[in-house]
Amino acid sequence: MNPIISTQDVNLHYGDFHALKSISMDMSRNSVTALIGPSGCGKSTYLRCFNRMNDLVDGVKIKGKIEVDGQDIYSTKVDVVELRRNVGMVFQKPNPFPKSIFDNVAFGLEVGGISDKKFIEERVIRSLNQAALWDEVKDKLKKSAFELSGGQQQRLCIARALAIEPKILLMDEPASALDPISTSKIEELIFSLKKDFTIVIVTHNMQQASRVSDTTAFFYLGELIEVDDTKKIFTNPSKTQTEYYITGRFG
Amino acid sequence: MLHIEQEINQLKSSLLEMWDLVITQLENALQSIVDGDKDIAHGVQQHEKRVNGLELAIDRICENFIALNQPVASDLRYVLSGLKINTNLERIADNACGITEYITDTEKEFDKQMLEIMEIEKMLLQAIEMVKDLREAFTFENSTLARTIFKRDKILDKINENGSTQTLICLEQFPNDKRQALHLLSIMRKIERVGDQCKNIAEEIIFYTEAKVVKHKKKGKEKEK
Repeated sequence: MNPIISTQDVNLHYGDFHALKSISMDMSRNSVTALIGPSGCGKSTYLRCFNRMNDLVDGVKIKGKIEVDGQDIYSTKVDVVELRRNVGMVFQKPNPFPKSIFDNVAFGLEVGGISDKKFIEERVIRSLNQAALWDEVKDKLKKSAFELSGGQQQRLCIARALAIEPKILLMDEPASALDPISTSKIEELIFSLKKDFTIVIVTHNMQQASRVSDTTAFFYLGELIEVDDTKKIFTNPSKTQTEYYITGRFG
Repeated sequence: MLHIEQEINQLKSSLLEMWDLVITQLENALQSIVDGDKDIAHGVQQHEKRVNGLELAIDRICENFIALNQPVASDLRYVLSGLKINTNLERIADNACGITEYITDTEKEFDKQMLEIMEIEKMLLQAIEMVKDLREAFTFENSTLARTIFKRDKILDKINENGSTQTLICLEQFPNDKRQALHLLSIMRKIERVGDQCKNIAEEIIFYTEAKVVKHKKKGKEKEK
């Protein structure tokens, strides 16, 4: 495997609280990795390590090595803005900017210093297509993003993340606030995006993890209990704790 | 107890009910052959409807379980193996019923000596013990007991392999009862099929309890362990 993300012995403390305990795990290119586990198990914290979102938390301490595309992302030489350009993120709740649909997607490009209108327009159209939203919004690009449904807003946020061509897309429960139809569209989208991007998704929905991911990692109390092929995890997990969690017998 | 565990228990108790019904069908088939009792044979044929009804009910339980619970891991293996065990049990009952049709079709009792030559009673007793042990293996998730079935099925296979030779002996020794000899060969074939179905059930119990697929394994590998 030629991993795009590689973590070795990662420990993370929020003050005195030991949130991640010696996590070592690799993620391969153009794959979908699902992080599952009960609330507070550390899966979102682990996800946020990959674009250094935890840096913003007071009292956080991170030890160990995290490499993205072979580069130690916690090295002092790393430009965090550039890192976040390569590692996009989509959150649980859609968070479009109070701007038009077009401007939402173009935002990252403009902030990045691109002023070529034609280039921006082409990239916006491509991103909206990649996010499977183009057909639904092509006639109302100048309308406010807030006029879109929740599911459409989430796909707009994905288009916004894709516009700056990240290598990795982090998704923190991207469909938990959506109805089944919108959830299905997001899942189809994840599946189609895999050919161009590497996706890491945090989800509480076991069926979603089993449907969309190639690899599943189970976290509990800050520890990585088991990581394996998703088919293996959901048919015959190696660890009893994993079995208990995915079959709803945990605790 | 979790809701999903209640549903699993419901499936388990229905399968055990099916098992008991099938064992009774086989035991009655045996008794009807040994005693030449056509009433018992008719009883087996009538009970076949109950077996079929229970098979459909268990299929429905499994379908609902999958649709409503989206089972994974051991729960998924349980329901998948439950579906296949159900089908195999019903086929065993079909064979028991098929055996009794030769009794109701025969004017007089089967000749005791001919039964002995064809080893029918020995085969049926063996098959019944296998079905009973599988019930126990399933109830207590005992894959070691399930594994004993593979060797025991070979005993039935061996008797069946000699079936044609033994039939020729019967035809020579009982020239006036040729029809009976041919019936007994057909009965032998059906009992041999019961052995195969027991083997299928054993494979499903191992799949459920150990998450191992042992069917279609070559000789000397998994099944010989």
